[in-house]
Amino acid sequence: MFRFITTRFLQSLFALFLVISATFFMVRFVPGGPFTAEKAVTPEILRNLEAHYGLDKPLYRQYLDYLGSLLHADLGPSFKYPNRTVNEIIADKVPVSAELGGISLGIALVIGISLGTLAAVKRNTWIDYVASSFGMIGISIPTFVVGPLLVLVFAIYLGWFNASGWYMPADRVLPAVVLGIAYAAPISRLTRGGMLEVLHQDFIRTARAKGASEFRVVTRHALRGGLLPVVSYLGPAVAGILTGSFVIETIFQIPGIGREFVNSAFNRDYTLVLGTVILYAVLIMGLNLVVDVVQAWLNPKVRLEA
Amino acid sequence: MVLLFGCSKSDQAAAAKVAGAKQGTLPPNSLLIGNGTEPQDIDPQIVTGVPEHRILMALFEGLVTENPKDLSPEPGVAEKWEISPDGLVYTFHFRADLKWSDGTPLTAQTFIRSYQRMLTPSLAAEYSYLLHFVKNAKEYNEGKLKDFSQVGFKAPDDRTLIVTLNSPTPFLIKIIASHYSWYPVPIHVIEKFGGMDRKGTAWTRPGNFVSNGPFKLKEWRQQQVLIGERNPNYWDRQTVKLDEIHFLAVENQDTEERMFRTGQLDMTNELPLAKTDVYRKENPEALRIDPYLGVYFYRLNNTKPPLNDKRVRKALALAIDRESLVKNVVRGGQQPAYGVTYPGTAGYTPEAKLTGTIEDAKRLLAEAGFPNGQGFPKLDLLYNTSQNHRVIAEAIQQMWRRNLNIDIGLRNEEWKVYLDSQDNKAYDIQRAGWIADYVDPHVFLEIWGSDNLNNDTGFANPRYDELLKQALRAKNDTERYGIYQQMDALLVDELPVIPIYFYTRVAAMSPKVKGFYPTLLDNHPFKYVSVTR
Repeated sequence: MFRFITTRFLQSLFALFLVISATFFMVRFVPGGPFTAEKAVTPEILRNLEAHYGLDKPLYRQYLDYLGSLLHADLGPSFKYPNRTVNEIIADKVPVSAELGGISLGIALVIGISLGTLAAVKRNTWIDYVASSFGMIGISIPTFVVGPLLVLVFAIYLGWFNASGWYMPADRVLPAVVLGIAYAAPISRLTRGGMLEVLHQDFIRTARAKGASEFRVVTRHALRGGLLPVVSYLGPAVAGILTGSFVIETIFQIPGIGREFVNSAFNRDYTLVLGTVILYAVLIMGLNLVVDVVQAWLNPKVRLEA
Repeated sequence: MVLLFGCSKSDQAAAAKVAGAKQGTLPPNSLLIGNGTEPQDIDPQIVTGVPEHRILMALFEGLVTENPKDLSPEPGVAEKWEISPDGLVYTFHFRADLKWSDGTPLTAQTFIRSYQRMLTPSLAAEYSYLLHFVKNAKEYNEGKLKDFSQVGFKAPDDRTLIVTLNSPTPFLIKIIASHYSWYPVPIHVIEKFGGMDRKGTAWTRPGNFVSNGPFKLKEWRQQQVLIGERNPNYWDRQTVKLDEIHFLAVENQDTEERMFRTGQLDMTNELPLAKTDVYRKENPEALRIDPYLGVYFYRLNNTKPPLNDKRVRKALALAIDRESLVKNVVRGGQQPAYGVTYPGTAGYTPEAKLTGTIEDAKRLLAEAGFPNGQGFPKLDLLYNTSQNHRVIAEAIQQMWRRNLNIDIGLRNEEWKVYLDSQDNKAYDIQRAGWIADYVDPHVFLEIWGSDNLNNDTGFANPRYDELLKQALRAKNDTERYGIYQQMDALLVDELPVIPIYFYTRVAAMSPKVKGFYPTLLDNHPFKYVSVTR
């Protein structure tokens, strides 16, 4: 176990280095730069701007400087927001996205797993059809349709909530529900599939033969194996949900990291692009590692091998 | 759908409840403004955008300010000013007891040091060129001159500022009134946080920030809201009506419009194109269509055949039915443009106009060697990725096909890629816009000078360049406008660009907001604005 984790950690570190390097150079080779603007700046001013941010140095030098500052956990200044550092922006925005993501994930898991399990147990009954339809509809209708629709009904017609914003606790409800439903749909489908597979296996028959109640069979015996596909899905999903959703954050005007992620690329805010990419990469790698460990715990057939 | 805009009492009560609850302790005299993208910063010498401009107008005041109705210069920090007969020396006389929001005195010396900071090369202020009219300012800004005392700013005493120019610049007072590049900055605070010549220090953070305008900074939550509150040290505090202004950073037009409908905003930054007609029908009192001093045009690559032939350029320009485009496609009350200068800018209306029929266009194209469009090469029309620009491009593409029998391809690029293509002239035809920073025809005419960085068409006309220089030396506006008439005539003849329409600003605004008049620059001195709840 320890060896597995160490090896994976080193592998991840190497992968992270590759991601950083690729992003660093890719973002610089995109046409247009952080100071490309509709009103042209004079060459003198452009030179001064570049000098201020060290963009006047040769590219390899900038790259080494950046890696050097990364060793001090310094992600550099933002180009778009001159009085903020990337560290600050991430520290400021991640908690917001994480809060929204956490609530949504809770909603997604509760709805998704219960619907999926129910559908599997009551296979080919109307319950299954309803639950499966929910899954299909949830996957097919994008959040940018569901979001404004809920706002129209609950904010504009009924006046129960703000149309958007992140000011008071009630402001969490609509975006969390929209995001939660979006994730509940695939979770319910994966749960159903996983459960169906497990429910046909011998050990379930054994459990039933030993007289265990149906409830106990499902929750104690089947669920553990049935959730395996969900767990592997959750790794990247949690990383995605925690780093924010650009669409949800834009529709609901939420000051999360998801918007920064996308807008930084439009703004050619080199350091912020890198910062958000690093954040995402670290989360993905960390969570995938967690997924592997959890899968080994859930499924005795999986061995953690380096 | 009847109650779509919440006309009933209960709806409005619900909306008010939500809006009030949202901010907790929202004072009744608070204005909630949708302000577009998150401000980059609130350092007047760093920022360049429209959302920042709006915030700075509330927080700062320059030597001269604007009349809320027509933007004509009004006394600000300076209670009066004189201009020497040769137009080269401006003397500003300050009010007594001017203070920053923290109580520190504001003197003429502060202004000089502010301008020194603005012109310091290492600060790399993008708008520093608006100070280049001042003697030696450009040289200092470019690092060719090290001694700031040689730049044309003098302060014989605390309440007098003397500015000496390179050449009479009749519109300078309008720049000073309208543009934040001429605002003072609190040097005493800036020095505490890293010094005069450093960009992006913490002085603009809430708690540190100090300003001299009608409002001061109360709160700034990034990507959410920036709140200004009354500045008790502002000299004209009796005039100020609002207790607070909330600038909400809302990027998305649809989100913003929904927030307006629930009462979270008193006015929006924009209105989605599709909503304009809905508002016209169902909620006309909340629809604001104001003139906006800018021109929407198509840039032509004048260096590339066949666009290097002015007959081709003219044929393309004449084949566009602007009336129909504005009425059926753009639909925001815009004015068709038959020249590049906005008619009526500071009392100037160009006499020369693009005139001619579709037949003339066909004839010109034939004369240029493309009878009935035969043999016309396939050109691309470049626009930045946006639904609004796409529909206009498609309509014009159709008009060219129908009227000239030529096929123009459409190409869209992401904003910065598009700007890069413009900069490198990697386009045939490019959609563009130009919005004025101050109210003077000079804004529209200077960019077609051959060495202007915003020209980007390859258009270089020695006669035009000469006229541009003459205009800056003109003794009065009559003489200057006479020169501009020649320049506009030359532009309509040469057509380096195809003017399409003059902008309007379309937004939703609650009828409860008062003192917010239609102005050409969308500048609204906030001390005169009020709201009744």
